[in-house]
Amino acid sequence: MDAFTTHTGRAVPLRRSNVDTDQIIPAVWLKQVSRTGFEKGLFSAWREDPSFILNNPAYQGASILLSGPDFGTGSSREHAVWALQQYGFRVVIAARFGDIFRNNSTKMGLLPVILPAEVVERLQAAAEADPTVEITVDLAEREVRLGSESWSFEIDDYTRWRLMEGLDDIGLTLRHADDVAVYENGRQPWLPTTV
Amino acid sequence: MGRTLAEKVWEQHVVRRADGEPDLLYIDLHLIHEVTSPQAFDGLRMAGRKVRRPDLTIATEDHNVPTVLGPISDPVSRTQVETLRKNAAEFGIRLHPMGDAGQGVVHIIGPQFGLTQPGMTIVCGDSHTSTHGAFGGIAFGIGTSEVEHVLATQTLPAYRPKTMAIEVKGELPVGVTAKDLILAIIAKIGTGGGQGYIVEYRGEAIRKLSMEGRMTVCNMSIEAGARAGMIAPDETTFAYLKGRPHAPSGDAWDAAVEYWKSLRTDDDAVFDKVVEIDASTLTPFVTWGTNPGQGAPLGSAVPSPEEFADPIERSAAERALEYMGLTAGTPLNEIPVDTVFVGSCTNGRLEDLRAAADILRGRKVVTRTLIVPGSMQVKKAAEEEGLDQVFKDAGAEWREAGCSMCLGMNPDTLKPGERSASTSNRNFEGRQGKGGRTHLVSPQVAAATAVTGKLTAPAALA
Repeated sequence: MDAFTTHTGRAVPLRRSNVDTDQIIPAVWLKQVSRTGFEKGLFSAWREDPSFILNNPAYQGASILLSGPDFGTGSSREHAVWALQQYGFRVVIAARFGDIFRNNSTKMGLLPVILPAEVVERLQAAAEADPTVEITVDLAEREVRLGSESWSFEIDDYTRWRLMEGLDDIGLTLRHADDVAVYENGRQPWLPTTV
Repeated sequence: MGRTLAEKVWEQHVVRRADGEPDLLYIDLHLIHEVTSPQAFDGLRMAGRKVRRPDLTIATEDHNVPTVLGPISDPVSRTQVETLRKNAAEFGIRLHPMGDAGQGVVHIIGPQFGLTQPGMTIVCGDSHTSTHGAFGGIAFGIGTSEVEHVLATQTLPAYRPKTMAIEVKGELPVGVTAKDLILAIIAKIGTGGGQGYIVEYRGEAIRKLSMEGRMTVCNMSIEAGARAGMIAPDETTFAYLKGRPHAPSGDAWDAAVEYWKSLRTDDDAVFDKVVEIDASTLTPFVTWGTNPGQGAPLGSAVPSPEEFADPIERSAAERALEYMGLTAGTPLNEIPVDTVFVGSCTNGRLEDLRAAADILRGRKVVTRTLIVPGSMQVKKAAEEEGLDQVFKDAGAEWREAGCSMCLGMNPDTLKPGERSASTSNRNFEGRQGKGGRTHLVSPQVAAATAVTGKLTAPAALA
């Protein structure tokens, strides 16, 4: 996973709530066995509408997505995170996220930032008024900045550290393999196996 | 102070706890299917890692598979299924492939084999893993990175969610099902209401549900935003489990039951949030919009966006009505439907098929009607009871086991503009096929709808 410390970029205002992961990447794209090529499937149904915001040339190259509340609800498909990243997004800002999507994002280095709905609205309005406006998302300072304005956001210390170092969760857990072995020896004897 | 059921199960599985870090949680059972696992196995290979506990892992083919006999015609789907077969063979994981007597939807087969037991931690790369919480364990969906993590370590780092009690008072009236109950709960708390929580469903109406009904309720926890839902185990749970292939037997059964009886929320435990709902006032419930929280009693009408005070909910309702091709004020029971789907991890069990058959017996369907058993074992049991003949006599299609029309990934889909009454779990835009329109319903409402061609409560049938 790529390390994330701070990112400055242009933003796309997506004025929709309940953006479920079926919209982010429809199921038909999930048949691939590779990890790449999902950018083509990002919002593929919505992108058929010429007026959809991602089809507006003014927002090409934007790397921050500003969504209505409950972004990434529904299916656990991590392909939604891959599609957003491969399209070029580094950050999604919303008032609420689906739990599984948010978790998947932090495993991949896509930063989900929770800000109050009125702040997201303020950022969306700024990106609508001027698509070239740049927003800074500073994970080290836990702060989002727009011009002279700034808002702090919460993220737990551990996830922040892992994102900033770009650390692989599995490698971290394998350091505790001995603890896992000890636990396994004490498991209840009736628990099932699949063999 | 006492502890909740969720806290008890969580604490039992903490491998390691350190200040400022998530708990390292042991996973008792890992369910695998073809869609969310290939990249995880690739990751293992690239890092030179093995599957730590293939004996706590089981795989099935469900999302991609056609529900008619024969090979998979879509080459991309076929490659994905073949990839699962190669991975299962390479890493020594038990697999139930298409055509196998044990094959079925991943959340149907775990309970069916007795692999899903009280007090366990269960994960799967699928958000409806919450289904298994019906037995009193903590079960939740994960992404592919976490699938790889569990394969490699049999653990997950996680912060314990907050706890929510949903207290269902009173009894469900006759003709009102577990599906109606969970749709009503989601409409009440919203698609984000459960975010950050493990939900425990409690109360008289829950205790009276069969295991199948409890699975239907827990299955849709994720549609209210909760990663996990659970129900304390009781005699209904034990009776369901006893004698299943992987359930304990002999002295081990007695020891297990004694422990399972301790898996209940203590009387003095405190939940972070409590929601109450009165089951006795409920009626058949359907969705009208494009998220599972946009639902209403079948006896009511399509709401007007103006009824929503919150501007975000109002604009979501406007957009939903446009997508669904509905007009505010239209009685829900006048909405015509093209296709009826009975099946999925929500309502693809034998009890669901029996409920649909009871309504279709001696009647004819007027819509395209797909009846898809959740597993090959469900199919066999249904056929032994003659349910397949009831469906065929009524003019419905009797299919092989799979996820089918729940998710628009296999050949069973809606065409653009087509409208379904579906016993599945998601009415998202395009969920059942691009441009398709979905109304979520119970198996009983689905069957009655197939008979009349419009959304219909069974009680309204002549």
